[in-house]
Amino acid sequence: MGLDIKYPIGLMFTILGIMITIYGFATINDTTLYQKSLGININLWSGISMLVFGIVMLVLSKKNKKEE
Amino acid sequence: MNFDLAWIDYAVMAVYFIFVLGIGWALKRFMKDANAFLEAGRSMPAWVAGLAFISTNLGALEVMGMTGSGAKYGLLTAHFYWVGAIPAMVFLAIFMMPFYYGSKARSVPEYLKLRFDEKTRGMNAFMFAAMTILASGISMYALAILTEKVLGWNFHVSLIVSAAIVLGYTYLGGLSSAIYNEVLQFFIIVIGLLPIVFLSLKQLGGWSGLEQALAPVAIQNNFAADAYTTTWKYTGSGGSNPLGVPWYGIFMGLGFVLSFGYWCTNFLIVQRAMSAESTTAARNTPLIGALPKMFIPFLIIVPGIAALALMNLPGSGFSLPVNAAGQPIYDYTIIALLKQYLPAGVLGLGITALLASFMSGMAGNVSAFNTVWTYDIYQSYIRPATGNKEADDKHYLFVGRMATVFGVLVSVAAAYLASMFGNIMDFLQTIFSMINAPLFAVIFLGMFWKRSTGHAAFAGLIAGLTIAFLHHGLTFPAGADTLVKGGWIAKLHEYPVEMAQNFWTAIYACFTSALVTVVLSLMTKQQKTDEDLKGLVYSLTPKLQESHVVWYKRSSSLAILVIAIALLLTILFW
Repeated sequence: MGLDIKYPIGLMFTILGIMITIYGFATINDTTLYQKSLGININLWSGISMLVFGIVMLVLSKKNKKEE
Repeated sequence: MNFDLAWIDYAVMAVYFIFVLGIGWALKRFMKDANAFLEAGRSMPAWVAGLAFISTNLGALEVMGMTGSGAKYGLLTAHFYWVGAIPAMVFLAIFMMPFYYGSKARSVPEYLKLRFDEKTRGMNAFMFAAMTILASGISMYALAILTEKVLGWNFHVSLIVSAAIVLGYTYLGGLSSAIYNEVLQFFIIVIGLLPIVFLSLKQLGGWSGLEQALAPVAIQNNFAADAYTTTWKYTGSGGSNPLGVPWYGIFMGLGFVLSFGYWCTNFLIVQRAMSAESTTAARNTPLIGALPKMFIPFLIIVPGIAALALMNLPGSGFSLPVNAAGQPIYDYTIIALLKQYLPAGVLGLGITALLASFMSGMAGNVSAFNTVWTYDIYQSYIRPATGNKEADDKHYLFVGRMATVFGVLVSVAAAYLASMFGNIMDFLQTIFSMINAPLFAVIFLGMFWKRSTGHAAFAGLIAGLTIAFLHHGLTFPAGADTLVKGGWIAKLHEYPVEMAQNFWTAIYACFTSALVTVVLSLMTKQQKTDEDLKGLVYSLTPKLQESHVVWYKRSSSLAILVIAIALLLTILFW
């Protein structure tokens, strides 16, 4: 199929990553929210990981396009 | 067991579903003929097909069931992966894919037609079509019931909306859309569930903390202290491990009959590899899938084991919901963990991951159903190809699309049926476990013994099914409260656990089927010439040459890597 799946995957995780990271920063002083996650700001960690993964996928799909 | 979702959780969900439908929309313009719609144009790169291959199996019922089994049986559940999937996946890749793919059959039933005869295909096609559509309905039902209980959504609305989303993207983009969304689902499941693995282990003090916490639990249940955190160590006899099955039962039942039956003959799974872009890619599909597959126990079983430890840890505040009889509902382990650990934000991801896996389960079933319906039922029995390729292609594309709509509608009906009869899920799972084992015996003999004949294969399938039903009707697992679980003819033998009964049903069915097929093949005349069987049977097909492929992309190198890692994991967690 003419669609490179890396592009939508990359785009989606970049968007989700940005959303969750911002939410993580916005709630950085909210200790009650993070009581559940043992005091760890899990949104920040998850968000940043998704962002990195998303960007890597986007870069790979760009590279793919150039090679074609 | 109620979640209060925050706006951010809904936002995460919305983004995911926009992408799901968007992928279908983006693929719409490529859907020009039946081949593109039903077979993804045989153009998938191996890594995409490979991730879809395991993702199809990573449905929500699987995730919930495996986490629950982790909480019930401990690390022995990993047998479903390291011995219950990997050997079969490697076998499928190396020995069977060249024939499935190389024969140009478009489905497993069509392979049976080419190799044996029309009646064998017909029987398999009708059974497969009925089963997949019911399976899809059950996924839908389970999703709606879960969202009703956990999220407080209306049962009917969840059912209709999820059916509409699945219909939307499979109608638009066919098999490609289903496959792409399975890849997307794979990543969202990993990312959505990793936080609970990390947090539950952190609370217990890592793996060694988990082992320590489980020692008293194991001793209390009359097992050795490390029975919940080892795999083979206590399988010398069935009674000394939580699974209740000895090593040879695990090896033969799970490792051989059940897993080869499932991974090597289930068209839902094999279809992913058949969509690959080349023979090498088709062979590499199950192998590439096997690499992440081996690590899925750490994602979904380990949290279950952690849940078992937490339940017994004073002050952890963790408990499983209980049913009316006061028994813990193990299937809800993953839900309880999500609730325990995830704050708003990542919670949305976790819930989205579960919803996604429900829907891709349905989409997978629907996309396998429409292929079998269009090629093996409609084209074979209702309207054969006219010879005008262009008109035929258009017509079968239309039929494929209509089959998608029809499939989703019947699934919805099946979901309502499931909501009326509580036992229907158990019933269907029992039947699923019966049809694959005889099919594996027949396909295996077909591929590796050129003498096996159509009449014999047909009789072998029927004999295997009959024995499976008889065995199920004559035996029952301990504590069975309904006849759906067995013993509906007479109660001749009692198995300690349901798993043991399933294993033996499959073993008897498989060997009966093989025996009948061999004996009758020798008694009947082979209708097919060697020329007919070229590309379908091992001894009559030229060996695949791999020398032009770089060594690290060769199926043989990948297979060795997969086996080495599986062995390493087995030894590490012995």
